Amino acid sequence: MVTGKGHLHQAVRVWLPVGFFLIVALFPFYWMAITSIKPNSELYNKNVMPLIVHAPTLKHYVDLLTKSSFLLWTWNTMLVAVVSTAISLVLGTMLAYPLARMRFAGASLITMTIAAIYLVPQPLLFIPLADVINRLGLGNTLTSVILTYPTMLVPFCAWLLLGYFKTVPKELEEAARIDGAGRLQTMWTIFLPLCTPGFISAGIFAFTLSQNEFLYALIFLTKSSVRTVPVGVIAELIRGDVFYWGQLMAGALLGSIPVAIIYSFFVEHYVAGLTAGAVKA
Amino acid sequence: MTIASERLLVPAQATRRRASIAVLLDRQSVFSWLMMALPLAFMAALVGYPFIYGILLSLEDRPVAHTGTFVGLKNFIHDAHDPVFWRVAINTFVYTVVATLLKMVGGLGLALAMNQHFRMKNLVRALLLLPFIVPTVLSTVAWLWMLDPAFSVVNRLMVALGWPKPGPSWLGDPTLAMVSIIIINTWRGLPFYGITLLAGLQTVPSELYEAASIDGAGGWERFRFITLPLLRPIILIVTLFSVIFTFADFQLIYVLTHGGPANATQLFATYAFDIAMGAGQLGLGASVALAMLPALALLIVALTIYLRRE
Repeated sequence: MVTGKGHLHQAVRVWLPVGFFLIVALFPFYWMAITSIKPNSELYNKNVMPLIVHAPTLKHYVDLLTKSSFLLWTWNTMLVAVVSTAISLVLGTMLAYPLARMRFAGASLITMTIAAIYLVPQPLLFIPLADVINRLGLGNTLTSVILTYPTMLVPFCAWLLLGYFKTVPKELEEAARIDGAGRLQTMWTIFLPLCTPGFISAGIFAFTLSQNEFLYALIFLTKSSVRTVPVGVIAELIRGDVFYWGQLMAGALLGSIPVAIIYSFFVEHYVAGLTAGAVKA
Repeated sequence: MTIASERLLVPAQATRRRASIAVLLDRQSVFSWLMMALPLAFMAALVGYPFIYGILLSLEDRPVAHTGTFVGLKNFIHDAHDPVFWRVAINTFVYTVVATLLKMVGGLGLALAMNQHFRMKNLVRALLLLPFIVPTVLSTVAWLWMLDPAFSVVNRLMVALGWPKPGPSWLGDPTLAMVSIIIINTWRGLPFYGITLLAGLQTVPSELYEAASIDGAGGWERFRFITLPLLRPIILIVTLFSVIFTFADFQLIYVLTHGGPANATQLFATYAFDIAMGAGQLGLGASVALAMLPALALLIVALTIYLRRE
């Protein structure tokens, strides 16, 4: 009897606040999802109970995929995210490895500079960068964003990897060195294979950040054929007439799915990376 | 004799030279700088150069697609006499402070709620982080629809619960528009706070709580004298992060209000964008963006030093 009461009390203590946070966090996604499968007759009728779908339809998805360039935007977004993530992991490793393992004059200055650059938000740089991209003749090319996304991703990856690299024990590398291996060989064959979890964390973060980027894509990509999903959705799916919400929500949901899937596979790595900066291992 | 010895000498010298290059490359400093050269050159070209160039632009009268003329501090003087600029400064300050406080309090609440034993905790944690990982623009569009002037689901729920029709005009009223962007920024950023603080909470040794309980400390006292002091470094770091990126927010405002109504939600980033990209005045726009620099620099230096000390 006492334990039964205790269980109930505990369930309330857990699920009352957790349930509240869950509902607030997830309702916009629920709303996105049900809007995308409601026929217009339900969406724009105030006499219909709005929280459930009465006659689901895939019309908005069909319209989205056939009447807009959504698939092309998705391809562009993926391409940009994958290439800029790869570039950022390589360049980030080239910064993080020496800083984590070598002793040399200037190391702490470089570390501080990387942290500082990582914290510089894009709005501080977008106007001069827009001019630089124009002068390079890169306007309306995917190269413009593939080149500029790493400006925020490289310091970020370097910072995350630096933290991870420091947690890897040095003994194996020292043993390889004693056996006569060069520094590059030691790094490549001994050290880097040990760091897969760090690369996954940094890679997922860089990937989600590239998918999320909006300002540079908005400025550099003004032609529909080169747009990414966020810019395409905002610039082309919001139209003058009122009845576009079904298609818009279908676009928002489909655009969120790649990130959500990758995130769900690597959620532990993501959380590890998220908290790495603030909580010491 | 001499010929023979010379023949022997040449390959030996080459070997020695090759060996000395290898030794040089093996030096930690040489290896490090060679390794870092490419990424550092990249950052110098696409962060360092634009940064300096932005400062030069802010000193020019520079219509888009024209050559600029140097005007000294004229753009900054123009900003100082621009009532919208000061409105923007106040908006940015209010937006940053209120949203950060809400995220801090809410995030702490989330972390404390999650720091209990229950089933499906990992699933719940993954779901709670969704607002933070989904591309901002896409989730903000959902909020735009939720606050639609004609079909807002929020208003329909409020009316159903007895609020007088038609309910508040969330994005049409200047004050409510600011309230709305603050709430949505909080919605998106709170999971980051919560999950990071949760990770911090999990590092607090349970012996401390046990000892405090034995000494007669209640729940509030344990929170006040154990949890809070141990979490302070994490709270500080997360807050600095959050302040920097809230201060320079662009996406959310661009999608929801475009800075309106009547500049009520205009922030530095959106105002600089309007001037530079909308009106095509790159120099003046750059000066507005650079107005963020003193505050940002202070925050960035503070956080960098703090991270370094850790």
